[in-house]
Amino acid sequence: MLAWTIYISYLTAAALFLLPRSAKPALARVIALLSALAGFAIALAAFCTHRTGQSFTIVDAVWVPSLGIHYSLSADGISLSLVLLTGIIAIAGVLFSWDIAERTPEFFAFYLLLIGSVYGVFLASDVFLLFVFYEIVIIPKYFLIAIWGSTRREYGAMKLALYSFVGSAMVLIGLIAAYAVSGVHSTSLAALASVHFSPHFQMLAFPLVFVGFAILAGLWPFHTWAPTGHVAAPIAASMLLAGVVMKLGAYGCLRVAMTLFPLGLAPWANPHLGLHSWRDLFALLAAIGIVYGALVALVQRDFKFVIGYSSVSHMGFILLGLMTLNLTGLSGAVLQMVSHGLLAGLLFAVVGRMVYARTHTRELAALGPMNLNRALPFAAVTFVIAAVASMGLPGFSGFVAELMIVIGVWRSYPLLALFVGLGILIGVIYIWRAMQMAFFSGTRTEDSDTTHEPSTHAATHAQSEHHDLPPITLPEKLGAILLIASSVVVGLFPHILLNIVQPALSSPMFDGLRRGSWQ
Amino acid sequence: MTPTPNYAQLLQLLLPEIVLILTALIVMAADLLILRKLAPRARFTATSLLASLGCVVAILKIATAPTAVLFDGALISNPLVHLVQIFIVLITIAVLLLFASSEFTAHAGEFILLVLAATIGGMLLAATQDLLVIFLSLELLSLSLYILTAFDKTGRRAWEAALKYFLFGGMSAGFLLFGFSLLYGVANSTSLPDIAAAIAAAPSPALNPLLAVAIVTTAIGLGFKIAAAPLHFWAPDVYQGAPAPSAALIASGSKVASFFLFFQIAALGLLPAAGSAALRHPARGWVPVLAILAVVSMLLGNLAALRQSSLRRLLAYSAVAHAGYMLIAVAAHTADSLSALLYYVFTYALATIGVFAIISVVEEDSGSDSLASLAGLSRRSPLLAGSLAIFILSLAGIPPLAGFFGKFYLFVAALQSAPGSTPLLWLVVLAIAMSAVSLYYYLQVLKRAFVAPTESTTPLRAPNLTQLLVLALAAAVILLGCLPHLLLGWIDAAIAASGL
Repeated sequence: MLAWTIYISYLTAAALFLLPRSAKPALARVIALLSALAGFAIALAAFCTHRTGQSFTIVDAVWVPSLGIHYSLSADGISLSLVLLTGIIAIAGVLFSWDIAERTPEFFAFYLLLIGSVYGVFLASDVFLLFVFYEIVIIPKYFLIAIWGSTRREYGAMKLALYSFVGSAMVLIGLIAAYAVSGVHSTSLAALASVHFSPHFQMLAFPLVFVGFAILAGLWPFHTWAPTGHVAAPIAASMLLAGVVMKLGAYGCLRVAMTLFPLGLAPWANPHLGLHSWRDLFALLAAIGIVYGALVALVQRDFKFVIGYSSVSHMGFILLGLMTLNLTGLSGAVLQMVSHGLLAGLLFAVVGRMVYARTHTRELAALGPMNLNRALPFAAVTFVIAAVASMGLPGFSGFVAELMIVIGVWRSYPLLALFVGLGILIGVIYIWRAMQMAFFSGTRTEDSDTTHEPSTHAATHAQSEHHDLPPITLPEKLGAILLIASSVVVGLFPHILLNIVQPALSSPMFDGLRRGSWQ
Repeated sequence: MTPTPNYAQLLQLLLPEIVLILTALIVMAADLLILRKLAPRARFTATSLLASLGCVVAILKIATAPTAVLFDGALISNPLVHLVQIFIVLITIAVLLLFASSEFTAHAGEFILLVLAATIGGMLLAATQDLLVIFLSLELLSLSLYILTAFDKTGRRAWEAALKYFLFGGMSAGFLLFGFSLLYGVANSTSLPDIAAAIAAAPSPALNPLLAVAIVTTAIGLGFKIAAAPLHFWAPDVYQGAPAPSAALIASGSKVASFFLFFQIAALGLLPAAGSAALRHPARGWVPVLAILAVVSMLLGNLAALRQSSLRRLLAYSAVAHAGYMLIAVAAHTADSLSALLYYVFTYALATIGVFAIISVVEEDSGSDSLASLAGLSRRSPLLAGSLAIFILSLAGIPPLAGFFGKFYLFVAALQSAPGSTPLLWLVVLAIAMSAVSLYYYLQVLKRAFVAPTESTTPLRAPNLTQLLVLALAAAVILLGCLPHLLLGWIDAAIAASGL
């Protein structure tokens, strides 16, 4: 049944491509929404029925017999959590794209093609199949940005496509080499994971495949596609990029790179530059990413760039969590994938759809005088909620996830925990700054005590203007409420996810990791 | 034990070729006697349909041909040969039908005659393991293609392209003949298996200098046919200057035949002189020569394609790059890599013909094959734009299209060429890296078709037959990508039955 998340998305995408040009945009929207809802319903049903977290097979059919490739889908606790996330983001994305008026059917067709492939990556249990879905993601992503995007869209789209393709080329080299070397006549993840590749081979293949996937997860210094891509993308694509596509990279690191080549994480024979293994190196890069992303976000003038760099910072938490190799850190990383998916989606929705689509500017300095907290109170409230959630306020998903990662990091890399703390601290500052500048820096006309530095000149100008801003529409409110509610549910009851994620991480699939250096 | 020539059997085995010759003559006669009064377009359509019919009959004859070896391998008929011949004829049919409504020439009959002659050349090339027959059929193929290139007598570009093609082609034929004569000198025989036996029987393990020269000159001659760099200079001009159907045929059917030939000569005739291209322990032989050709082709093809503003020239450079990938399969020379090569070259041919069909429609409308003339295609003709996306993405190697599986299988086969070691790993790594580069220029094409704004929004109408066939080709590219076993099972069975 879970496989239908993929098929429904693809079939709807095909139907939308074939929809005549004269069809009403509303029809395309409704069809896309129904498809996203159906995918979410299926994901939720599966999530509620499989409470053990152990891997179960959905489909398994011979695909290319001469190479031992199977069309096999399966799901465990990790996949289920991420599939559910995809379902939620898919609905929210459609709701926030309700105003797309140009080439609407095509837009939603590419959108659903992307969604279907994301489901596919999370469900695939054959590396060939996983790779196929992983690569299909690139093309709709390119078109969504290049056709419907904004600032430097063609540049952003091409950069994103090439970074992704280079990453997947690295993955492909590693996977083909693993398949050729293994001698097993199968590309199934389980079969390849049970092969004991030589330590030498793993030492070479692991960084190749890990970095290949991590490019998409925004690993510093390969993250530069992310801010430009996010900024150029139309709102739904930004939400998908930050919400699920970057998670594909992190998921690939965990599911493919780390399970197939666990010995790649083992210490080197000779330490270089004080680093003792690839694991140390990637942990360090992830920690740098956390602090670097946060610092750069601190000085951005463009509202969307703030969120774009905050994604780099938050994705650093995930990668660092993976490198802890302890159960707390790993499950924190999975939790953070879900949490960041929801919150980044929400932040982009406020910035891109609620604010930019109305004000046509994302300059923080220009937004301030518009008194957005009065003009768009719903947007302001949503952003405040999203902001405090992303700072890690208890009660929201971000808190649990980052707490678990910090505990995990404390156990494995006490020194890096300081970096993480610093990152969290700067995280509070940059999001606070953006919030302040965008929403609460206008003149106060009534008694409001938090605003300061009134710039009277611009304010009077904005006063006359802000009444023209169209009000927040119902689809936007629904989308925002959906994302906030999901984040609160995860934040208050993290065990809904952890109960299935932790058994999955303890399954034989991750045996190699445990034997290697699991503490 | 010289087998007694059995001319009845010879006729029987050559039946498909004879059918095509008869078709060509009938087409000529019909064109001259009956179709003269029709408009050029109608004449071209009628002759194309007639010729396609003949091709279908030829395929039926190939499919029912018996298995046999005549005259020490001068003519061979086995499932593998049949498979390659069917590919070639299928491609000819696709080209004939796709361009059935061209009107660039008033000499439809002659044009079709030459297309069929080239097809026959390709078929014979696949069906022989004898140097003499190889050379003769290669010349039949090449000479027909030279004339086909120059067929548009009104275009200066076509002349220039044809002259270039002819001069380079003549030179490469000289190289090839020289190489062949040296091989004959080494083995005292023109049959490929005999040559292999003679090389294997040579007392010294070191490569005979005569043989080394033969290998290099043969590789030069064949490298020209497949447009491997640095022997590709004719390709951009020919792709750009030749009439669309001729260019499509040169880029597809001729490639299938030439690559199969290349593989046969290398893996059958020169097997004992293979050598190794492993970086750590290279050994002299033809594998390192091919590795060099592959590297240069992949680098030059992909990098030069980045700078092209003409779609046809872009395709030409991408063809150079693809030749580089396919040379890796030849260098691997295993049964698996032959299977991968055939899958790759056939699906590559399908996608390339499709692109040429779309180019010709766009050219007829805008008069130019520049990338800019594709602007707005997605609104003017969603069908053509969608198919173009499928062909181009397949060439770029994006799943789930045929081009992706072709690349995947080719690279896997190349890595598995030697049990226990991976001598060609570095080539595969380079190939995958360069295919990441190639995405840039392929996306440039799609960007024009889907993203670029356009003034003209008038629907672009292609002839119905062309649209139908483009759609069928696109469907085939998707189907073969999603279910590669449909084709692969057939190829593997043919290779197993023919015992390479």
